[in-house]
Order: sequence, then C-alpha cells, then structure tokens
Amino acid sequence: MGKTIEEINERIKRGEAVVVTAEEVMDLVRKEGVEETARKVDVITTGTFGPMCSSGAFVNVGHAQPRMRISRAWLNDVPVFCGIAAVDVYIGATEMAEHDPLNEVFPGEFRYGGGHVIEDLVAGKTLRLRAESYGTDCYPNRHWEKDVTLAEIKEAWLFNPRNAYQNYNVAVNLSDRVIYTYMGVLRPELGNANYCSAGQLSPLLNDPLLRTIGIGTRIFLGGGTGYVAWHGTQHNTRVPRDGEGAPTRPAGTLSVIGDLRGMNPRYLTGYSILGYGASLAVGIGVPIPVLDEDVVRAAAVRDEDLKAPVVDYSVDYPQGTGRVLAEVTYAELKSGSIRLEGKDVPTASLSSYSRAREIASTLKEWISRRDFLLTRPVELLPCADREEGVE
Amino acid sequence: MVRHKIVLHFPHEQVDKPIVSRLVRDFGLDFNILKASITPREEGLLVLEIIGKEKDYERGMAYIESCGVSIQPLSQDIRRNDAKCTHCGACIAVCPTDALRVDRDKMEVAFNDEECVACELCIKVCPPRAMEIHY
Ligand code: SF4
Ligand code: SF4
Repeated sequence: MGKTIEEINERIKRGEAVVVTAEEVMDLVRKEGVEETARKVDVITTGTFGPMCSSGAFVNVGHAQPRMRISRAWLNDVPVFCGIAAVDVYIGATEMAEHDPLNEVFPGEFRYGGGHVIEDLVAGKTLRLRAESYGTDCYPNRHWEKDVTLAEIKEAWLFNPRNAYQNYNVAVNLSDRVIYTYMGVLRPELGNANYCSAGQLSPLLNDPLLRTIGIGTRIFLGGGTGYVAWHGTQHNTRVPRDGEGAPTRPAGTLSVIGDLRGMNPRYLTGYSILGYGASLAVGIGVPIPVLDEDVVRAAAVRDEDLKAPVVDYSVDYPQGTGRVLAEVTYAELKSGSIRLEGKDVPTASLSSYSRAREIASTLKEWISRRDFLLTRPVELLPCADREEGVE
Repeated sequence: MVRHKIVLHFPHEQVDKPIVSRLVRDFGLDFNILKASITPREEGLLVLEIIGKEKDYERGMAYIESCGVSIQPLSQDIRRNDAKCTHCGACIAVCPTDALRVDRDKMEVAFNDEECVACELCIKVCPPRAMEIHY
C-alpha cells in the first residue's frame, strides 16, 4: 500500500484529506496501529519555533534618482551586506546596530540587530535606509537616505542558509563561573541545562531519513508560506541513530526561502541573547505526506524515544573537543529536570514548544481548508543512511 | 514604628557573613524573611520586611550598605508583556523564585507576580524582551 503526493493533493482539493499533527499521530498509532493510521491519514504536520542565527533576508530597495550602486548601507543603523548588484542587500540576522557596545560591558545586551530589522519590516514598521557609494559613470549617486516599508520595497525574501536543526545539543556549564552563550545563561557546576528543539514535533525528527522532504517542499515559514531551497549548511547525515532512525546528535538542516510579505512577526521575532548577540526566532512547519507505513512509523516517534547529547559549553563546545557528557531524552528535558553526575539539574528551553504546537495546528488547518497543497520535491535532500540503505 | 519591604543583594563574598542578624542585636530592628535565594551569579538575594523605629531603620540600612550589600525597595513592578512572550523558557534558567514557571501541559511559561522579588534577572535574559520594569 502506498500513496502518491498527487493522490494526497486530490484529496486535499476535494476537502477529504485527513491531516493530523505529529503529536496526534502518536496517539493514533498507539490506538489503531501503524497500518490503520497509514491507511487513514494523508498528511502529518510538524512545527518548530526557536532562535535560528543562520537566517536573513534579501531586499531590493528600489533605485534612487540619480541611480546608485550601493557599496555600504544600513537599515535602522544595522549594516546590511551590499556585495551584490546595485540595490540588492542582505540583512543578516546576527548583524548588530552600529555603535552597539557589544560585549564591552559584559554581558552585552545586544538590543537591536538584523533579526529585529526583519521583525520590524514584517510588522509593517517604517525603517530608515542610509546608503553610501563611491560613484560610477552609470551609478553616480553617493549618498542616499530614505524611509522604507515592506509595502514599498520591490522584493523582500527571507532566505535562511541553516534552519530547523534535526536535534540539538543540551548545553551545560562545568566551570565555576556563569557563562553567557547562544544557548542562554548557564550557571556554574551544572547549575542548569538548556536545550533547543521541539523534539517529537520537530520537522526533521519526524522524517529522520529525509524520505519525503526535499528541494521544493512547500512549508509554513515565518507565518507565511515558503519552500525548502536546499539542505542547510552543516547538514550532516552520518550520525549515530536510534530506533526508527532518529539521530542522537545534531544532524540534518534546511535552507529555506519565502516571501517576507505574508509573514508574521509572531513567527519571525528578533531575539537579544545576553552576552552573545542578536538573532531571529523563526517558525517553521513542514507537512509530511503519508506515502507509506514507514513514514508513519518514523513520525510516531515520542519524546521518550528521542535522545539529545549533553555538551559542556565552558570548555568542550568552545574548544571543539567533541566530548558528549551524556544522552538524555526530550521527555526528561521537558519534565523540568534531568539527572547528571548524581545531580538534579533544572532544564530550560530556548525553543518554544507551545509555539511549535501552534504552527503544526495552523498548518493542519491550512491544509484542511484547502489553502495549502503539498509539493513533490524536485530532489530529496542528501542523507547517507537513506541512500546506502542503512536503516 | 515603620515597616519596610526591601530586597538585599549580597555580593559573593558576603553571603556567609551574619550581617542581617546584627540588625536585631545592634539596631533593635525586627525582621521577617520573605524570600532568600542565591542567584546564578552566586550573589545572595534576601527579601525582608523590617519593623522598627525610623531612626534605627536608617542607621541599620546605612550599616548594611557599608558592608557592600545593595538595598532596593520592593516597590518596583516587574510585568510581562504577554504579547511579546514567545514562551521559550529562557527565563526559567535564572528566576530564583517560582514567579516564572512552566505549565507542563500547555508547555507555556506562566508569570506569577506574587512570587516575584523584583531581582530583575529575567529582564535582560528574555530574548524578545517581554519582561519589563515599571517604576
Ligand atoms: S524579577 Fe524576574 S527573575 Fe526576578 S523574581 Fe521576578 S520574575 Fe523572577
Ligand atoms: S524568556 Fe521571555 S519570552 Fe521566553 S518565556 Fe520567559 S518571558 Fe517569555
């Protein structure tokens, strides 16, 4: 028994498709079994919402008169990348506003950076563009300032090189002083443990061997629609796996793209991470077509079965030693406390599970309302263990 | 007689010293400990209600400050801008009380201002800056 994406889309168009979230599918499989669930269900929706530093937006700000080949530019004082054509710029999520004290007064607050610029743009706010150039015969203009809004800008696309990490480290601190990391504040001597994944709702943990997700997969992105553009940077599929194939280390990643118009600051939020920098919290939801029973089996995975590596961020992470202190399950992490070296260590998350839930249900609703059709990937993402048949 | 609610921030090296007990012995003040904890920076945090004569209170506070302990009135109002909170949970790692805690069913972070001691640790730790101080 098997279904094709085309058959699923026909059912969506007729309003007959059965769509469940990755949480609902767990209960369905428990009650009715894999076979019955695979017969009944057409699409499983997933979701995640967390800081994803490798994010940014391409914007074409329109031409000045006289024309200008922008060589340096700022949006609300945050420098943007201009090393491309005349009025195309890239807003990087972690770029800081000029003159920000950074970590000079430690730990720095990093109040306004590229992530905030993107959030403000999507929220419809007016931003100040300042641009400079050296001037050429074809582009004589050297100084330009104007107000810009998303409505007036020619094009604006979110284009994130690395999002939606398939599993992630749990960060702890073995040293005797507080450290401030991209994984949040870590208190000394295993004072707390911070994790950052939606676990059982997370897109790539529900399709561990990337059997359905590929280039061109249409997704929920930042409250609007987007697409998987490519595998993300640092995509690594040669990793230890468990049970139905879920990696027990950070593994696959996605590069995603989508029109900023139609997105929503609720799912695209500028973050200030104390002592570390600015970032952008991104909401992503990936629909998983139920092609066969294996898809269901993998997506029915529970927090109890998903393990994450515990890593020391005082020495091992910064020095890149690769040491893993322990493995813990997402069920343990979400209980609020894990046991490490004979100590009860309180946990906190940086990824919002409640918002991940909201995203999975929103995507479910879009598909049920026939507002969102699935796409057949042009090519699946690379996955060594799938390609070599190691399951 | 006066009653004052205050928050004392003890630097690392003063945590073990019997500073507060001298308020009773040397200044004739009475106190109730409303909350006590050690913050992530290993500073001591003590919320006290102090009862005594205004003059003694002032002398007692001057003594405490001379020990390097900072005093903050418990009148500051910490509020959460609910529209901004993404329920990430980053604040859970620093809040020394139960003012910020996770509702494990909803997986949402609840803020209970009655438990809040206005230590302000969450203010800068909150990534979308949803925790706000109102004076
Ligand atoms: S100020 Fe913030 S961290 Fe401190 S007790 Fe109140 S809620 Fe908790
Ligand atoms: S850190 Fe801020 S956004 Fe995150 S749960 Fe706490 S109050 Fe909400």
